[in-house]
Amino acid sequence: MTTMSIAAALLDLIAIALFILGLHFLNSPPTARFGNRLAALGMFIALVVVLVQTLGVGWWAIAIGTVIGAAIGIYAAVRVKMTAMPQMVALYNGAGGGAAALIGAVEYYVFIGSGQTALDPIVSVSLVLSMIIGSVSIAGSVIAYLKLQEVMTGRPITYPGQQFVNALLGLAIVGLAGWFVYSAGTLPTPAFLGLFALALALGVLFVLPIGGADMPVVISLLNSFTGLAVAITGFEIDSVLLIICGAIVGASGTILTVDMGKAMNRPITNVLFGAFGAAAGSESSASGGPQNVRSVNADDVAIMLAYASKVAFVPGYGMAVAQAQHSVKALADQLEARGVKVFYAIHPVAGRMPGHMNVLLAEANVPYEQLLDLDDANREFPTADVSLVIGANDVTNPAARSVKSSPIYGMPILDVDKSGNVIVLKRSMRSGFAGIDNPLYELPNTAMLFGDAKASVDALTAAVKAL
Amino acid sequence: MIDANHLISLLTVLVLAVFVGFEVISKVPTTLHTPLMSATNAIHGIVLAGAIVVTAAYFKGPGSNVAITILAIVATTLGAINVFGGFAVTERMLQMFKRKESK
Repeated sequence: MTTMSIAAALLDLIAIALFILGLHFLNSPPTARFGNRLAALGMFIALVVVLVQTLGVGWWAIAIGTVIGAAIGIYAAVRVKMTAMPQMVALYNGAGGGAAALIGAVEYYVFIGSGQTALDPIVSVSLVLSMIIGSVSIAGSVIAYLKLQEVMTGRPITYPGQQFVNALLGLAIVGLAGWFVYSAGTLPTPAFLGLFALALALGVLFVLPIGGADMPVVISLLNSFTGLAVAITGFEIDSVLLIICGAIVGASGTILTVDMGKAMNRPITNVLFGAFGAAAGSESSASGGPQNVRSVNADDVAIMLAYASKVAFVPGYGMAVAQAQHSVKALADQLEARGVKVFYAIHPVAGRMPGHMNVLLAEANVPYEQLLDLDDANREFPTADVSLVIGANDVTNPAARSVKSSPIYGMPILDVDKSGNVIVLKRSMRSGFAGIDNPLYELPNTAMLFGDAKASVDALTAAVKAL
Repeated sequence: MIDANHLISLLTVLVLAVFVGFEVISKVPTTLHTPLMSATNAIHGIVLAGAIVVTAAYFKGPGSNVAITILAIVATTLGAINVFGGFAVTERMLQMFKRKESK
């Protein structure tokens, strides 16, 4: 080893330690920012080390790519609305996957042009794997982005023979990848490009049948795919740094994916291949007919809230869609000024990515101590006088506890029905994502406040103020 | 031929890193899951380092093919979007997480 490569390896070690410490500090809100900065410092060190090692070879190409990428990345980060965070994270993630895939392509072309006769077996295996996984990740992330941005429908897109087509695609990819490794990287260029295209197609077809409400699972999974692709790229270019970073991210994505699956009481395979909610368009799984519900107006609810001693807010994707988080905070402030205790009950799969509701409420300056997770919230509901359900549906459905035939039976839910009164803010009586009737709405202690979530909450705030 | 020693040491590093990942991440509360995700997202932006390495390796050789040059630049661009965007957006989110202000 030269002195420079020893120094580089030691600095990389420092960078890795900073990444791990940074993630460690992310485990509590007061230290999280410090953690992110430690990780960013680690990244800075790692990138400077690699730049110095290149000795300026190809500096202009590296500079062009880095400057353009940094400008796009930072501009988007500053401009993005908090409600659009899930699709933003999906895009950044896809960019990483795409980079891993293209690194493989560049390596391949360099090898072909070099006149060598065979790629090292470790390099050929890792090159083809990182290219496939990275391509699936970028293509899948772009589809997830389009669905979340509502450029295309959020509903599952299915067609007859879908599993068959995917299986065929998978087989073709395995075949070409096998050929690539067997030929030690010397397969004809059209076959290599075909492999690339098929991997991209697999990414598209893999996310198409997955519905909007299952996006938290998909986004975590794609995150772990990119981590995996990066780790494998580490084998390809012989970099311990990439292996470690990729492995840590892969592990974290896997944890979140499994957590999300648990929170829906569904195996991950069912989320990915079940096209859950495909029947929702026809509403065939709902029992049909209007449910017998009680409707109230804002003034009645305002009185109920103002004279309560404890109120629970239960936000769901509807709050994000209506951009109602600031209105909700304003209402909570009014209530707290009157001495009412307030908390927010947050289901792990509320919204479109893990922790989505927490970020929105944090944006509205809700202190994080008031954001309770499933277990803590369920301890509080029996002593809450009123639960205000804002744009959440399936995560409050008591059928998940009692109706064995229900598609969501066994899913852990927020027990809002155990609080004194339940007020459901809802646009109309349309059933939720899963297309299942919610018996909560027919309970004697439940009343419906129809209308746009933001308008309803604003009306409640005004009414409480007027009391 | 395969350098078995080297491969095994890389695999060892991989497996240990996976365990470290599980340990560190499983302690993060659900409140911080979105920032966690975007922070880990930024960390896999280290792929930018990989893009820089292969770009430099390419220019060390002939370095004259326009198509490969473009591929290398795009790879670098994507990696940079991932790193810079990832850290910036995480920082922006974490700024919002506040304690109850004492009056």
